[in-house]
Amino acid sequence: MAVTTMIGARIQRREDPKLITGHGNFIDDVNLVNMAHMSVVRSPHAHARIRSIDISAALASKGVVAVLTAADFKAVIGGPLPVTNAFVPDKRQVPEQFPIAADEVAYAGEPVAVVVAEDRYLADDAAQLVMVDYEPLPAVMDIEKAMEPGSPLVKSDRSDNIGWDAAFPGGDIDAAFAEADVVLKQRIGQQRVFPTAMETRGCVADYIPYDNRCTLWTSTQVPHFIRLFVGGALGVPESQFRVVSHDVGGGFGAKLRPYPEEYLATAASKLTERPVKWIEDRTESLQATTQGRGQIFDVEVAAKRDGTLLGLKFTQLLDIGAYHGVFSAFQVVACLLGGGCYTWKAINARSIGVFTNRMSTDPYRGAGRPEATHLVERIVDLVALELGMDPAEVRRKNFITSFPHTNNFGLVYDSGEYAKSLDRAMANIDYPALRKRQEELRAKGRYTGIGFSTYVEICGLGPSSATAPAAGIALVESSMVRVHPAGSVTVSVGTHAHGQGHETTFAQIVADTLGVPYDSVEIRHGDTGDTPFGYGTYGSRSLAVGGMAIMASCHKVVEKAKKLAAHAFEASEEDIVVDQGRYSVRGNPGEAKALAELAFASYGAGLPEGMEHGLEAVSYFDPPNFVWPFGCHICAVEVDPETGAVSIDRYVAVDDCGNVINPMVVDGQLHGGIAQGISQALFEEVQYDDETGQMLTGTMLDYLIPTMAEMPHFELDRTVTPSPTNELGVKGIGEAGTIASSIAVINAITDALTPFGIKHVEMPARPDRLWSMIKEARA
Amino acid sequence: MTQSVAMTINGRRREDHVEPRLLLVHYLREVAGLTGTHIACDTSQCGACTVLIDGEAVKSCSVFTVQANGRQVTTIEGLAEDGVLHPVQQAFWNEHGLQCGFCTPGFIMAAAYLLKQNPSPTDEEIERGLEGNLCRCTGYENIRKAVRSASQAMNGTAAEPSAQLVGSAAAPVED
Repeated sequence: MAVTTMIGARIQRREDPKLITGHGNFIDDVNLVNMAHMSVVRSPHAHARIRSIDISAALASKGVVAVLTAADFKAVIGGPLPVTNAFVPDKRQVPEQFPIAADEVAYAGEPVAVVVAEDRYLADDAAQLVMVDYEPLPAVMDIEKAMEPGSPLVKSDRSDNIGWDAAFPGGDIDAAFAEADVVLKQRIGQQRVFPTAMETRGCVADYIPYDNRCTLWTSTQVPHFIRLFVGGALGVPESQFRVVSHDVGGGFGAKLRPYPEEYLATAASKLTERPVKWIEDRTESLQATTQGRGQIFDVEVAAKRDGTLLGLKFTQLLDIGAYHGVFSAFQVVACLLGGGCYTWKAINARSIGVFTNRMSTDPYRGAGRPEATHLVERIVDLVALELGMDPAEVRRKNFITSFPHTNNFGLVYDSGEYAKSLDRAMANIDYPALRKRQEELRAKGRYTGIGFSTYVEICGLGPSSATAPAAGIALVESSMVRVHPAGSVTVSVGTHAHGQGHETTFAQIVADTLGVPYDSVEIRHGDTGDTPFGYGTYGSRSLAVGGMAIMASCHKVVEKAKKLAAHAFEASEEDIVVDQGRYSVRGNPGEAKALAELAFASYGAGLPEGMEHGLEAVSYFDPPNFVWPFGCHICAVEVDPETGAVSIDRYVAVDDCGNVINPMVVDGQLHGGIAQGISQALFEEVQYDDETGQMLTGTMLDYLIPTMAEMPHFELDRTVTPSPTNELGVKGIGEAGTIASSIAVINAITDALTPFGIKHVEMPARPDRLWSMIKEARA
Repeated sequence: MTQSVAMTINGRRREDHVEPRLLLVHYLREVAGLTGTHIACDTSQCGACTVLIDGEAVKSCSVFTVQANGRQVTTIEGLAEDGVLHPVQQAFWNEHGLQCGFCTPGFIMAAAYLLKQNPSPTDEEIERGLEGNLCRCTGYENIRKAVRSASQAMNGTAAEPSAQLVGSAAAPVED
């Protein structure tokens, strides 16, 4: 019998039966007796002063329970929205944002009033009748103009429009550039995109009057965070504030902060003494849920003629939006990872966070790492083109080859084998044949291209040794493992899930580690009422940090079970042997006790002297380091020069996330991640009017999310380089696909257009953009 | 002002008085209590609200309840029969055709309709048949695979017959 039966196996997900039969429990499925519905009145202006708000017509509308504005909320919400200003590199300006605007709005979609009514239709009807008298002010939309002295201000509480301006020096950059044979410059954009979880946000607040207790159901990645901040602002202690998040219909980073509406619905419940439901519609979501990326990089690279990379200088201009997102400054991590998987003599980065009159940016799948990969992989291709070298060879020549590797900023890459994934991917796509075909087709006037992306990412947030000096926090994770008297096991964790399948994969880990049947293990998450405090699910951390917290509790249970077994067999604890959940005395495996028997004994009479009853453990895990997945993606495209349309002919990926718990789930994460990167490369772009700051992509009619027809078949493969950072040898896979894929597509398109003298293509590479570039090049 | 409607939902007849503006999806979710049908876009792009009306796939966010008067409506809750999953449901489970599961009911209803119209679709026909449904988690790879696999199961060309809904999904399967 194999030692491991569950870890590494393709187990079908236990989450699925309810989801495929319509019995999921998403936020809009939560209904309470006497529940009222909230509609949010939002600013139509990007920047305006509020002169007055007339609620009289709305109040008189059918079925209205209350119409509330900032003045009402100030009485019950005791503070602004949180900003982890610890992440803001130099804390230059960290303005406060109250959940609802009082006298000045700074983005289109900012809440100015709410209507609570008997149903959603009536609430929306009355919301139309709230009359707000605005004095429009200039909207600051262009990042670079916003930085200029004398620019209009995004909001009157600012001294200028700069949120942070921080330098990240990594070595002697002048010396590195002094050795250069070639120096190249390139501006590289990262357009704003919508994370676009299929389930919009929403919440149901049930504040119990006279008791100061509250339950808040919400669609979130971070239930414990929500309890900490919303409960804190409402003056409800954590012990009396329960946050429940059942099934979550996608997150992608956009559901990892406490949002204004969670405060407003909870306060509205308190003020109206009714349970209050708020469900975001898609147009609200596009205006008022955090967006991703929104950055410009100005990059300069120094290299030798033989392809050796020497130095990299870049400035990241990051569009913060009107207010800091709770974690927006985390995206500065792009500076620390801008060197990718290559050795550099020096890297000098600078990040400037700029306020504009838009919704906040915040982490979106990858958060800083897709940007880093995009810039360094683009730059490496530019170097290859300049030197007339094969892009694969420039990569291979500069790969980091020995681990652990300390990068230019002191971050320690735990393990990797970058050339191996490159080789594997090149073999899988048959690179020489593809190049040959490219040449043949070019002779016939057809333009195909091959794009590489060799990436390394940082995940498993995060070791307190790294986060504490920068941010004063420890992003640890928690677990509680309880073995019941008859042997079934409940595992409660501080992470959450929104499609990742943790109920299945965590149970696989527990089944093997405790040696109990998989079906006897139940995973609980998402309800602060029965889970230990945890920081939630983002940053590809749930397995490498949360999974290890589970392991730690399982080990404690096994240790106690050994003591129980020693007592039962009247043997010394050192002589107890554990084999797949069966405990026996060394040399006598025939007489063994299962964990269930020991659990039963633990709750009964006759325990060893001094032993407490029960068989359970609580653990918190603080990882010693981040973990560093890597891989190589290669994309093959054809561009139609007459229309600018791109078709993806092949997409090959070789990823390495260390040991794999469930290959089916890992592949699924990659599929979705790759699709989002491809989609950013080809289709998606949040657009606001440059003058007025109006959202131009305010419905899914205008904002293009690809359908099945636009997505290619993904040819996946993997290498396995276990992480030395944790006992499971695991890394993370939730973001890897997105981190790698946008630049594989863009490099392929650029490669296809080389005959036109085109060296660089911006995202999204929509047909109109490519057609214009080709037309211009031909002229 | 309300209007009376009568329709058969998942084989059961129902009569109600509804406002003429009430969308069918809201009627199904909030009046009939069938919350498996989801709303994700409000503008009929995403297909999460897809149900069958008289056997035809329809986006229930773009139909008023009163328009379904006298019709037969099937929602995701009505697809499995006697505890046995519809082959499309089984295939989505087998092939990991869902992650967060929010778009899934709409996809399953649209795919069930597609396979009824065209029992052996090509990949292109699958793509065309499901172009009205959006998924943000799967990159569509395993949805495509699930529809192919359901087609084989329904045509009797699949290796494995549909399993019972009840029972363990825990048996390790070869990757």
